[in-house]
Amino acid sequence: MPASWFLPRDLHPAAWWVWALGLAVAAGRTTNPWLLLTICAVLCHVVIARRADAPWAMAFRMYAYLAAVIIGVRVFFRIVFGGAEGSTIILRLPEIPLPAWAAGIRLLGDVSAESVLGGLYDGLRLATMVLCLGAANALANPKRLLKAMPPALYEVGTAVIVALSVFPQLAESVQRVHRARKLRGGAKGRRFRALHAVIIPVLEDALDRSLQLASSMDSRGYGRAGVVRARARLLTGTLMITGLIGICVGVYATLDGSTPRFLATPFLIAGLVLGLIGFRTAGTRVRRSRYRPDRWHPAEFVTALSGVGVAVVLFATSSVDPTNLNPSLSTLSWPLLSWVPLVGVLLGVLPAFLTPPPALPFEAEPVPETEKVPA
Amino acid sequence: MIELDRVSFWYHGQPDPVLADVSLSIGEGELVLVAGRTGSGKSTLLGTFNGLVPHFTGGHLEGTVSVEGVTTRERPPREFAHLVGVVGQDPLAGFVTDVVEDELAYGMEQLGLAPQVMRRRVEETLDLLGIAELRRRPLRTLSGGQQQRVAVGSVLTMHPKVLVLDEPTSALDPIAAEEVLATLARLVQDLGTTVVLAEHRMERVIPFADRMLYVPGDGSVTDGTPAAVLRSTPIAPPIVRLGRLAGWEPLPMSVRDARRKAGPLRDSLMPVAAEPAVEPGEPALSSSSVVVRYGPVVAVRGIDLDLRPGEVVAMMGRNGSGKSSLLWALQGSGPRQGGKVRAGGVDPAELPSAQARKVVGLVPQTASDLLYLESVAAECAAADAESGAGPGSCRGLLDRLAPGIDGGKHPRDLSEGQRLALVLAVQLSASPSIMLLDEPTRGLDYTAKAALAGMIGGMAAEGRAVVVATHDVEFVATVAARVVVMAEGEIVTDGPTAEVLGGSPAFATQVTKILGPGWLTVDDVAAALPQAVR
Repeated sequence: MPASWFLPRDLHPAAWWVWALGLAVAAGRTTNPWLLLTICAVLCHVVIARRADAPWAMAFRMYAYLAAVIIGVRVFFRIVFGGAEGSTIILRLPEIPLPAWAAGIRLLGDVSAESVLGGLYDGLRLATMVLCLGAANALANPKRLLKAMPPALYEVGTAVIVALSVFPQLAESVQRVHRARKLRGGAKGRRFRALHAVIIPVLEDALDRSLQLASSMDSRGYGRAGVVRARARLLTGTLMITGLIGICVGVYATLDGSTPRFLATPFLIAGLVLGLIGFRTAGTRVRRSRYRPDRWHPAEFVTALSGVGVAVVLFATSSVDPTNLNPSLSTLSWPLLSWVPLVGVLLGVLPAFLTPPPALPFEAEPVPETEKVPA
Repeated sequence: MIELDRVSFWYHGQPDPVLADVSLSIGEGELVLVAGRTGSGKSTLLGTFNGLVPHFTGGHLEGTVSVEGVTTRERPPREFAHLVGVVGQDPLAGFVTDVVEDELAYGMEQLGLAPQVMRRRVEETLDLLGIAELRRRPLRTLSGGQQQRVAVGSVLTMHPKVLVLDEPTSALDPIAAEEVLATLARLVQDLGTTVVLAEHRMERVIPFADRMLYVPGDGSVTDGTPAAVLRSTPIAPPIVRLGRLAGWEPLPMSVRDARRKAGPLRDSLMPVAAEPAVEPGEPALSSSSVVVRYGPVVAVRGIDLDLRPGEVVAMMGRNGSGKSSLLWALQGSGPRQGGKVRAGGVDPAELPSAQARKVVGLVPQTASDLLYLESVAAECAAADAESGAGPGSCRGLLDRLAPGIDGGKHPRDLSEGQRLALVLAVQLSASPSIMLLDEPTRGLDYTAKAALAGMIGGMAAEGRAVVVATHDVEFVATVAARVVVMAEGEIVTDGPTAEVLGGSPAFATQVTKILGPGWLTVDDVAAALPQAVR
């Protein structure tokens, strides 16, 4: 392994997304709580090992809370709305009689272990997928991801970056105007008037800023080479949107076993092809270059492949041994865990060891001691 | 380099042209200072250089503007990005990305330069502007001077032939402004870039300007060397006014030039009796050990300050030294964690805000935050209602502060100075006995500053205590009797203006630098001149 492998740097954000989506797909294929918990453990370990000291990285905790809430809500709903599928009744609640028009809905009543477990497994699966998203958000710098967009989406990326930088400014000017409002004795008076007094100066401020930004962008060459004929734009737009729809249908069909098979792979591939053609035609017309683009180094491939690997292993085992991945709820028993899927899921932890640590945050002074290489 | 051939410009629906039949040519490597009152057409003139006027602003342009032989008629401003670099007043509003390095590269990405070229130019520019250590910093966390230097860098990376700066220092404190101007001087000296620069505080630029364009506001443009143009302009820095007063020929452009000629003048001046200080009476406002903190950051560190009726106090100190926090705390609307404030027997912080403003008035840094209605008349009526004053009292105050403002005008259409007068009138309608002004001189030209000085004098004559937080030494010398200098949330100096400003090189006015301590303003000197010379 070359010495430069572990030099601190930020990994390509797309690599983290591929990895996280791979784990999410894997989580979608199983309800086995052991496997799902293993995936959660893998996610947490990698996030803690490889996240940078940045605001978005701190959001992982929020996703963890959200995941816990999801599990709680799923189980709670099973208890409240009809939890009697199965024979092992663990809780007897008085059933609340509902009027005739609400037939089919049951409120409270007997609660069976099977339905609570079903809710728990289901909730755990969803929670794991949410946690996967959280991991991707924590590990991939969202701004670098926008920069890594294909040239065809450059305008969208710029708009999003501008919008992101406008929000703190807007918050600041609301605060400032609100404070100034007090100086005019603004507390009294009707609500609407008070709102008016805050909104007008803030909007004026925002409008001024956007005009200044527009003139600055114009004089700095924005959109210099981006003049595309209307017909060409229509063509690329149609190609890309059709492609995206195709991909959506394909992905849905692939993940949901009950949809007809012909919707799965053919749609996915057709959508991808159309989308890529659209991207290329849009991209070739853009004469713009990119400063220090993120590149795919071996570490990125390792990360992405480990995620894909997890998904592939779970796909493969689900066709061989489905009961292991989806423990039976009709006969209560401890869910079993076999070696193959477990090892498959553990593949996902590789990035924690095989990727370089994140680059130092801007405040940190470079200190010689940071040169140690993780084992 | 830049050629204007009989250029006229007017906005649709306006009878008078902003520019009328202007012809001029700016050569390679020149540093050109553009001066004129606010709203006189300086920005319009600068905007024509890369076609922002009229492509972006609208309006009608006649004649030809060409840069390096390319006319702005055929091409939009973006096609001039590699020829003309434009830097605006508020750097933050012009930033597209959010990190220094990306911002420097943005323009080059639009030009489609090769990655190696971009990398090299970014590194060169970081060094040239001395901002290498900021490269990964988010733009919002930089100081004003640093932001403006990044803004300059972000157009320099495109290697433009001309750099156009529209009042690049008007939103900055003096130290930050020095930083930016020093950078510009270096660019002119080292790279030979042509620089066209509009600037209010021209005394800072005149020493190294080759040429000056004065825009009086009637559509014409006066062109010449700074010494020639400044001989007759109605706006002039103190050094030039002193030169005119003393009849020096040629007019001095720097403190050094003036000092060498100042000997005879200094000897002929007769010392005047110092004005009697305000007699110490009952303070209008007294405060003791005021503490303001934001979490772990201490903004004001136990300050004692008394204000007497009829006294004008200037509050100085670098940005972040706690001036604003102290003013807000004294007014009662801002946070205050400790200490006592008494004004008229009450603590304004304990009153509801409508009552507090009848005791202490405050004009915040962005004065226009207080205005939200569609016309001057509506603002005045609202102010009367809010203050419980008789109808027409705010309008009366406004007419005394700045006569002749049309009541039907939108507050945004007023000049900076007029808007400030309107906000002052709104705040005065509550007739507070203490008036606090937070950086009112920001973005004002010489004329507007003189008008503001008049307003402040009037308020003090009515027996109000006035506090002005400002960086502007010359302004302080004209209005204030007492100066308080703050640093790190503490008061460093508190004394009569002549002592505080005369005693330190950092706060000395231009006249003090030329004639020595004891002389603060040109008006002082004029008063002390022997009758014969006057």
